[in-house]
Amino acid sequence: MLQKIYDWVDERLDITPLWRDVADHEVPEHVNPAHHFSAFVYCFGGLTFFITVIQILSGMFLTMYYVPDIVNAWESVYYLQNEVAFGVIVRGMHHWGASLVIVMMFLHTLRVFFQGAYKKPRELNWVVGVLIFFVMLGLGFTGYLLPWDMKALFATKVGIEIAMTIPVVGPIAKTFLAGGEIIGAQTLTRFFAIHVFFLPAALLGLMGAHFLMIRKQGISGPL
Amino acid sequence: MSKEDISRRQFLNYTLTGVGGFMAAGMLMPMVRFALDPILKEGTDQELVAVTSVEEIANEPKRFDFKIKQKDGWYESDVTQSAWVYKAKNGDFIALSPICKHLGCTVDWNTDPSHPNQFFCPCHLGRYTKDGTNVKGTAPLAPLDVYDSQVKDGKLYLGKAKPRKGA
Repeated sequence: MLQKIYDWVDERLDITPLWRDVADHEVPEHVNPAHHFSAFVYCFGGLTFFITVIQILSGMFLTMYYVPDIVNAWESVYYLQNEVAFGVIVRGMHHWGASLVIVMMFLHTLRVFFQGAYKKPRELNWVVGVLIFFVMLGLGFTGYLLPWDMKALFATKVGIEIAMTIPVVGPIAKTFLAGGEIIGAQTLTRFFAIHVFFLPAALLGLMGAHFLMIRKQGISGPL
Repeated sequence: MSKEDISRRQFLNYTLTGVGGFMAAGMLMPMVRFALDPILKEGTDQELVAVTSVEEIANEPKRFDFKIKQKDGWYESDVTQSAWVYKAKNGDFIALSPICKHLGCTVDWNTDPSHPNQFFCPCHLGRYTKDGTNVKGTAPLAPLDVYDSQVKDGKLYLGKAKPRKGA
Protein backbone atom coordinates (compact mmCIF):
# COMPACT_ATOMS: atom_id res chain seq x y z
CA MET A 1 0.00 0.00 0.00
CA LEU A 2 2.65 2.48 1.11
CA GLN A 3 4.87 1.33 -1.72
CA LYS A 4 2.05 1.99 -4.19
CA ILE A 5 1.46 5.51 -2.87
CA TYR A 6 5.20 6.18 -3.02
CA ASP A 7 5.41 4.85 -6.58
CA TRP A 8 2.44 6.96 -7.64
CA VAL A 9 4.06 10.14 -6.32
CA ASP A 10 7.52 9.16 -7.53
CA GLU A 11 6.27 8.48 -11.06
CA ARG A 12 4.99 12.06 -11.26
CA LEU A 13 7.50 14.02 -9.20
CA ASP A 14 10.65 11.87 -9.33
CA ILE A 15 11.27 12.25 -5.60
CA THR A 16 13.75 9.40 -5.26
CA PRO A 17 16.87 11.46 -6.15
CA LEU A 18 15.77 14.07 -3.59
CA TRP A 19 15.95 11.84 -0.54
CA ARG A 20 18.75 9.68 -1.99
CA ASP A 21 20.91 12.79 -1.97
CA VAL A 22 20.19 13.27 1.71
CA ALA A 23 20.02 9.74 3.03
CA ASP A 24 22.25 7.59 0.84
CA HIS A 25 25.85 8.23 1.62
CA GLU A 26 28.68 5.98 2.64
CA VAL A 27 29.99 6.00 6.15
CA PRO A 28 33.79 5.81 5.96
CA GLU A 29 35.38 2.96 7.89
CA HIS A 30 37.08 5.21 10.44
CA VAL A 31 33.70 6.66 11.57
CA ASN A 32 31.95 3.30 11.82
CA PRO A 33 31.87 1.91 15.37
CA ALA A 34 31.47 -1.59 13.92
CA HIS A 35 35.04 -1.35 12.67
CA HIS A 36 36.65 0.70 15.40
CA PHE A 37 34.72 0.98 18.65
CA SER A 38 36.43 4.29 19.42
CA ALA A 39 34.45 5.74 16.53
CA PHE A 40 31.53 6.23 18.94
CA VAL A 41 32.93 9.76 19.45
CA TYR A 42 31.41 10.59 16.06
CA CYS A 43 27.93 10.08 17.49
CA PHE A 44 27.76 13.24 19.55
CA GLY A 45 26.81 15.57 16.71
CA GLY A 46 23.93 13.29 15.74
CA LEU A 47 22.87 12.97 19.38
CA THR A 48 22.84 16.75 19.70
CA PHE A 49 20.52 16.88 16.70
CA PHE A 50 18.33 14.08 18.07
CA ILE A 51 17.88 15.88 21.40
CA THR A 52 17.22 19.14 19.56
CA VAL A 53 14.35 17.41 17.75
CA ILE A 54 12.99 16.25 21.12
CA GLN A 55 13.31 19.79 22.46
CA ILE A 56 11.40 21.26 19.54
CA LEU A 57 8.63 18.66 19.77
CA SER A 58 8.20 18.75 23.55
CA GLY A 59 8.38 22.55 23.46
CA MET A 60 5.62 22.72 20.85
CA PHE A 61 3.41 20.56 23.02
CA LEU A 62 4.18 22.55 26.18
CA THR A 63 2.93 25.76 24.55
CA MET A 64 -0.53 24.14 24.35
CA TYR A 65 -0.85 24.83 28.07
CA TYR A 66 1.74 27.46 28.93
CA VAL A 67 0.95 31.19 29.06
CA PRO A 68 3.73 33.80 29.14
CA ASP A 69 2.05 36.12 31.62
CA ILE A 70 3.23 37.01 35.12
CA VAL A 71 -0.13 36.21 36.71
CA ASN A 72 -0.71 32.86 35.02
CA ALA A 73 2.69 31.52 33.96
CA TRP A 74 3.51 29.68 37.17
CA GLU A 75 -0.06 28.44 37.59
CA SER A 76 -0.16 27.13 34.04
CA VAL A 77 3.13 25.29 34.50
CA TYR A 78 1.86 23.83 37.78
CA TYR A 79 -1.34 22.79 36.03
CA LEU A 80 0.32 21.16 33.03
CA GLN A 81 2.79 19.34 35.25
CA ASN A 82 0.35 18.09 37.87
CA GLU A 83 -3.11 17.96 36.30
CA VAL A 84 -2.47 17.01 32.69
CA ALA A 85 -1.69 13.39 31.84
CA PHE A 86 2.02 12.85 31.07
CA GLY A 87 2.64 16.52 31.82
CA VAL A 88 5.44 15.61 34.15
CA ILE A 89 7.06 13.55 31.38
CA VAL A 90 6.67 16.10 28.59
CA ARG A 91 7.98 18.90 30.79
CA GLY A 92 10.67 16.56 32.09
CA MET A 93 11.83 15.83 28.54
CA HIS A 94 12.15 19.55 27.87
CA HIS A 95 13.81 20.26 31.23
CA TRP A 96 16.42 17.48 31.15
CA GLY A 97 16.88 17.66 27.38
CA ALA A 98 17.92 21.29 27.76
CA SER A 99 20.88 20.27 29.89
CA LEU A 100 21.64 17.17 27.87
CA VAL A 101 21.80 19.06 24.60
CA ILE A 102 24.52 21.30 26.06
CA VAL A 103 26.46 18.24 27.23
CA MET A 104 26.22 16.53 23.83
CA MET A 105 27.15 19.70 22.02
CA PHE A 106 30.16 20.13 24.29
CA LEU A 107 31.35 16.55 23.65
CA HIS A 108 30.86 17.07 19.90
CA THR A 109 32.93 20.27 20.11
CA LEU A 110 35.69 18.46 22.04
CA ARG A 111 35.83 15.69 19.41
CA VAL A 112 36.10 18.18 16.57
CA PHE A 113 38.70 20.16 18.48
CA PHE A 114 40.98 17.31 19.51
CA GLN A 115 40.83 15.66 16.09
CA GLY A 116 41.65 18.96 14.44
CA ALA A 117 38.60 18.45 12.23
CA TYR A 118 37.98 22.21 12.17
CA LYS A 119 41.08 22.87 10.05
CA LYS A 120 41.05 23.95 6.42
CA PRO A 121 38.77 23.55 4.52
CA ARG A 122 36.25 23.21 7.40
CA GLU A 123 36.88 26.48 9.26
CA LEU A 124 33.53 27.95 8.25
CA ASN A 125 31.71 24.97 9.67
CA TRP A 126 33.49 25.49 12.98
CA VAL A 127 32.34 29.12 12.96
CA VAL A 128 28.73 28.09 12.33
CA GLY A 129 29.07 25.49 15.09
CA VAL A 130 30.16 28.16 17.55
CA LEU A 131 27.17 30.29 16.52
CA ILE A 132 24.90 27.29 17.17
CA PHE A 133 26.53 27.01 20.60
CA PHE A 134 25.64 30.63 21.38
CA VAL A 135 22.08 30.17 20.15
CA MET A 136 21.73 27.11 22.39
CA LEU A 137 22.99 29.10 25.38
CA GLY A 138 20.47 31.80 24.50
CA LEU A 139 17.70 29.22 24.38
CA GLY A 140 18.76 27.94 27.79
CA PHE A 141 18.88 31.46 29.23
CA THR A 142 15.49 32.58 27.89
CA GLY A 143 13.80 29.25 28.67
CA TYR A 144 14.94 29.36 32.27
CA LEU A 145 12.74 32.38 33.02
CA LEU A 146 9.51 30.94 31.62
CA PRO A 147 8.27 28.90 34.64
CA TRP A 148 8.30 32.23 36.53
CA ASP A 149 9.27 30.82 39.89
CA MET A 150 11.82 32.29 42.31
CA LYS A 151 14.75 30.45 40.77
CA ALA A 152 13.76 31.63 37.29
CA LEU A 153 13.30 35.24 38.35
CA PHE A 154 16.53 35.61 40.27
CA ALA A 155 18.61 33.68 37.73
CA THR A 156 17.37 36.06 35.08
CA LYS A 157 18.12 39.07 37.29
CA VAL A 158 21.69 37.83 37.65
CA GLY A 159 21.95 37.10 33.93
CA ILE A 160 20.74 40.54 33.02
CA GLU A 161 23.14 42.12 35.51
CA ILE A 162 25.93 40.25 33.73
CA ALA A 163 24.77 41.70 30.42
CA MET A 164 24.82 45.09 32.17
CA THR A 165 28.59 44.80 32.69
CA ILE A 166 29.31 44.89 28.94
CA PRO A 167 31.33 48.05 28.35
CA VAL A 168 29.48 50.97 26.71
CA VAL A 169 26.34 49.09 25.59
CA GLY A 170 25.65 47.40 28.94
CA PRO A 171 22.71 49.58 30.04
CA ILE A 172 21.15 49.39 26.58
CA ALA A 173 21.52 45.62 26.58
CA LYS A 174 19.86 45.45 29.99
CA THR A 175 16.85 47.52 28.95
CA PHE A 176 16.58 45.63 25.67
CA LEU A 177 16.59 42.23 27.37
CA ALA A 178 14.28 43.24 30.21
CA GLY A 179 11.92 45.12 27.88
CA GLY A 180 11.86 48.03 30.32
CA GLU A 181 13.26 49.12 33.63
CA ILE A 182 12.14 46.18 35.72
CA ILE A 183 12.27 42.46 35.19
CA GLY A 184 8.58 41.66 34.98
CA ALA A 185 5.68 41.26 32.62
CA GLN A 186 7.47 42.62 29.58
CA THR A 187 10.59 40.58 30.26
CA LEU A 188 8.54 37.40 30.37
CA THR A 189 6.74 37.97 27.06
CA ARG A 190 9.99 39.07 25.46
CA PHE A 191 11.87 36.01 26.64
CA PHE A 192 9.01 33.81 25.49
CA ALA A 193 9.06 35.31 22.00
CA ILE A 194 12.84 34.95 21.80
CA HIS A 195 12.69 31.41 23.16
CA VAL A 196 10.00 30.03 20.86
CA PHE A 197 10.32 32.09 17.67
CA PHE A 198 13.55 34.00 17.16
CA LEU A 199 16.19 31.62 18.48
CA PRO A 200 14.63 28.42 17.08
CA ALA A 201 14.45 30.08 13.67
CA ALA A 202 18.11 31.06 13.92
CA LEU A 203 18.94 27.57 15.14
CA LEU A 204 17.23 25.85 12.21
CA GLY A 205 18.99 28.10 9.72
CA LEU A 206 22.38 27.53 11.29
CA MET A 207 21.88 23.78 11.58
CA GLY A 208 20.86 23.67 7.94
CA ALA A 209 24.11 25.42 7.02
CA HIS A 210 26.06 23.10 9.35
CA PHE A 211 24.67 19.97 7.69
CA LEU A 212 24.93 21.35 4.18
CA MET A 213 28.61 22.04 4.69
CA ILE A 214 29.40 18.64 6.15
CA ARG A 215 27.67 16.95 3.21
CA LYS A 216 29.48 19.15 0.74
CA GLN A 217 32.92 18.69 2.28
CA GLY A 218 32.54 15.22 3.72
CA ILE A 219 33.68 14.12 7.14
CA SER A 220 37.36 14.72 7.93
CA GLY A 221 39.80 11.86 7.33
CA PRO A 222 41.20 9.42 9.90
CA LEU A 223 43.81 10.62 12.38
CA MET B 1 12.19 -22.42 5.00
CA SER B 2 14.99 -21.82 2.54
CA LYS B 3 17.91 -19.52 3.25
CA GLU B 4 16.90 -16.94 0.63
CA ASP B 5 13.55 -16.13 2.28
CA ILE B 6 14.92 -12.99 3.81
CA SER B 7 18.08 -11.21 2.81
CA ARG B 8 20.53 -9.73 5.28
CA ARG B 9 19.65 -6.27 3.97
CA GLN B 10 15.96 -6.88 4.47
CA PHE B 11 16.46 -8.26 7.96
CA LEU B 12 18.46 -5.20 8.95
CA ASN B 13 15.86 -2.94 7.36
CA TYR B 14 13.09 -4.54 9.39
CA THR B 15 15.12 -4.43 12.60
CA LEU B 16 16.08 -0.80 12.17
CA THR B 17 12.53 0.23 11.25
CA GLY B 18 11.19 -1.67 14.25
CA VAL B 19 13.66 -0.22 16.73
CA GLY B 20 13.32 3.26 15.23
CA GLY B 21 9.54 3.03 15.30
CA PHE B 22 9.61 1.87 18.91
CA MET B 23 11.82 4.80 19.90
CA ALA B 24 9.70 7.31 17.99
CA ALA B 25 6.55 5.91 19.58
CA GLY B 26 8.10 6.11 23.04
CA MET B 27 8.97 9.73 22.38
CA LEU B 28 5.66 10.75 20.83
CA MET B 29 3.24 8.78 23.00
CA PRO B 30 3.57 11.00 26.10
CA MET B 31 3.31 14.15 23.99
CA VAL B 32 0.23 13.00 22.11
CA ARG B 33 -1.49 11.84 25.29
CA PHE B 34 -0.57 15.21 26.83
CA ALA B 35 -2.23 17.04 23.94
CA LEU B 36 -5.32 14.82 23.96
CA ASP B 37 -5.85 15.20 27.71
CA PRO B 38 -8.79 17.63 27.43
CA ILE B 39 -10.74 15.04 25.42
CA LEU B 40 -10.13 12.32 27.97
CA LYS B 41 -10.74 14.39 31.10
CA GLU B 42 -14.01 13.71 32.89
CA GLY B 43 -16.56 16.50 32.89
CA THR B 44 -16.94 18.37 36.13
CA ASP B 45 -20.14 18.37 38.11
CA GLN B 46 -21.59 21.67 39.13
CA GLU B 47 -22.96 22.57 42.53
CA LEU B 48 -26.51 23.84 42.73
CA VAL B 49 -26.62 27.59 43.22
CA ALA B 50 -29.46 29.61 44.78
CA VAL B 51 -30.89 31.83 42.04
CA THR B 52 -34.03 33.46 43.36
CA SER B 53 -36.84 33.08 45.84
CA VAL B 54 -39.79 31.24 44.32
CA GLU B 55 -42.15 34.19 44.90
CA GLU B 56 -40.35 36.07 42.15
CA ILE B 57 -41.16 33.42 39.59
CA ALA B 58 -44.24 34.18 37.48
CA ASN B 59 -46.09 32.37 34.75
CA GLU B 60 -44.31 34.57 32.24
CA PRO B 61 -40.63 33.63 31.65
CA LYS B 62 -38.28 36.02 33.40
CA ARG B 63 -34.55 36.23 33.06
CA PHE B 64 -32.47 35.63 36.21
CA ASP B 65 -28.71 36.04 36.43
CA PHE B 66 -26.65 34.01 38.88
CA LYS B 67 -22.98 33.43 39.56
CA ILE B 68 -21.22 30.08 39.44
CA LYS B 69 -17.66 29.15 40.33
CA GLN B 70 -15.84 28.06 37.21
CA LYS B 71 -12.52 26.23 37.03
CA ASP B 72 -10.91 26.72 33.65
CA GLY B 73 -7.60 24.87 33.78
CA TRP B 74 -5.47 26.94 36.13
CA TYR B 75 -7.93 29.86 36.09
CA GLU B 76 -10.73 29.97 38.65
CA SER B 77 -13.35 32.66 38.49
CA ASP B 78 -16.98 33.57 39.13
CA VAL B 79 -18.97 33.51 35.92
CA THR B 80 -22.42 34.97 35.41
CA GLN B 81 -24.98 32.65 33.85
CA SER B 82 -28.58 33.36 32.94
CA ALA B 83 -31.76 31.33 32.96
CA TRP B 84 -35.28 31.96 31.70
CA VAL B 85 -37.45 30.84 34.58
CA TYR B 86 -41.23 30.47 34.80
CA LYS B 87 -43.88 28.56 36.66
CA ALA B 88 -45.58 25.89 34.56
CA LYS B 89 -49.31 25.21 34.72
CA ASN B 90 -48.78 22.16 36.98
CA GLY B 91 -46.79 24.30 39.45
CA ASP B 92 -43.30 23.08 38.39
CA PHE B 93 -40.55 25.63 37.96
CA ILE B 94 -38.92 25.48 34.53
CA ALA B 95 -35.48 27.02 34.03
CA LEU B 96 -34.26 27.19 30.44
CA SER B 97 -30.80 28.02 29.17
CA PRO B 98 -30.77 31.18 27.04
CA ILE B 99 -28.19 29.72 24.68
CA CYS B 100 -29.62 29.08 21.22
CA LYS B 101 -29.16 25.49 20.05
CA HIS B 102 -28.40 26.65 16.52
CA LEU B 103 -25.05 28.39 16.92
CA GLY B 104 -24.97 29.58 20.51
CA CYS B 105 -26.38 33.11 20.37
CA THR B 106 -28.55 34.34 23.25
CA VAL B 107 -32.30 34.00 22.97
CA ASP B 108 -34.78 36.50 24.36
CA TRP B 109 -38.42 36.09 25.38
CA ASN B 110 -41.18 37.63 23.33
CA THR B 111 -39.08 40.05 21.27
CA ASP B 112 -40.31 39.06 17.82
CA PRO B 113 -43.50 41.05 17.22
CA SER B 114 -44.78 38.67 14.54
CA HIS B 115 -44.44 35.63 16.83
CA PRO B 116 -45.47 36.66 20.35
CA ASN B 117 -44.90 34.49 23.42
CA GLN B 118 -41.98 32.62 21.98
CA PHE B 119 -38.25 32.59 22.63
CA PHE B 120 -36.53 34.36 19.77
CA CYS B 121 -32.93 34.30 18.62
CA PRO B 122 -32.05 37.36 16.53
CA CYS B 123 -29.01 35.79 14.83
CA HIS B 124 -30.88 33.51 12.41
CA LEU B 125 -34.48 34.12 13.49
CA GLY B 126 -34.64 30.91 15.50
CA ARG B 127 -37.77 30.44 17.60
CA TYR B 128 -38.81 28.23 20.53
CA THR B 129 -42.16 27.80 22.22
CA LYS B 130 -42.56 28.64 25.90
CA ASP B 131 -41.44 25.17 27.06
CA GLY B 132 -38.25 25.58 25.01
CA THR B 133 -39.25 23.34 22.11
CA ASN B 134 -37.73 24.54 18.87
CA VAL B 135 -40.24 25.63 16.25
CA LYS B 136 -39.98 23.45 13.15
CA GLY B 137 -38.74 25.31 10.10
CA THR B 138 -36.55 27.70 12.07
CA ALA B 139 -32.80 27.40 12.42
CA PRO B 140 -32.38 25.48 15.72
CA LEU B 141 -32.58 21.69 15.58
CA ALA B 142 -33.05 20.97 19.28
CA PRO B 143 -34.98 22.40 22.23
CA LEU B 144 -33.32 24.77 24.69
CA ASP B 145 -31.27 23.11 27.41
CA VAL B 146 -32.99 22.85 30.74
CA TYR B 147 -31.23 23.50 34.04
CA ASP B 148 -31.08 20.93 36.80
CA SER B 149 -33.24 22.55 39.45
CA GLN B 150 -34.33 22.08 43.02
CA VAL B 151 -36.51 24.08 45.40
CA LYS B 152 -35.25 24.38 48.96
CA ASP B 153 -36.38 26.76 51.74
CA GLY B 154 -38.43 28.79 49.30
CA LYS B 155 -35.53 29.28 46.94
CA LEU B 156 -34.84 27.94 43.47
CA TYR B 157 -31.45 26.30 43.05
CA LEU B 158 -29.99 25.69 39.58
CA GLY B 159 -27.21 23.39 38.46
CA LYS B 160 -25.98 22.44 35.03
CA ALA B 161 -27.97 23.02 31.84
CA LYS B 162 -28.67 19.66 30.22
CA PRO B 163 -29.59 19.03 26.59
CA ARG B 164 -32.92 17.39 25.66
CA LYS B 165 -34.03 15.27 22.73
CA GLY B 166 -34.95 17.08 19.53
CA ALA B 167 -38.56 17.91 18.68
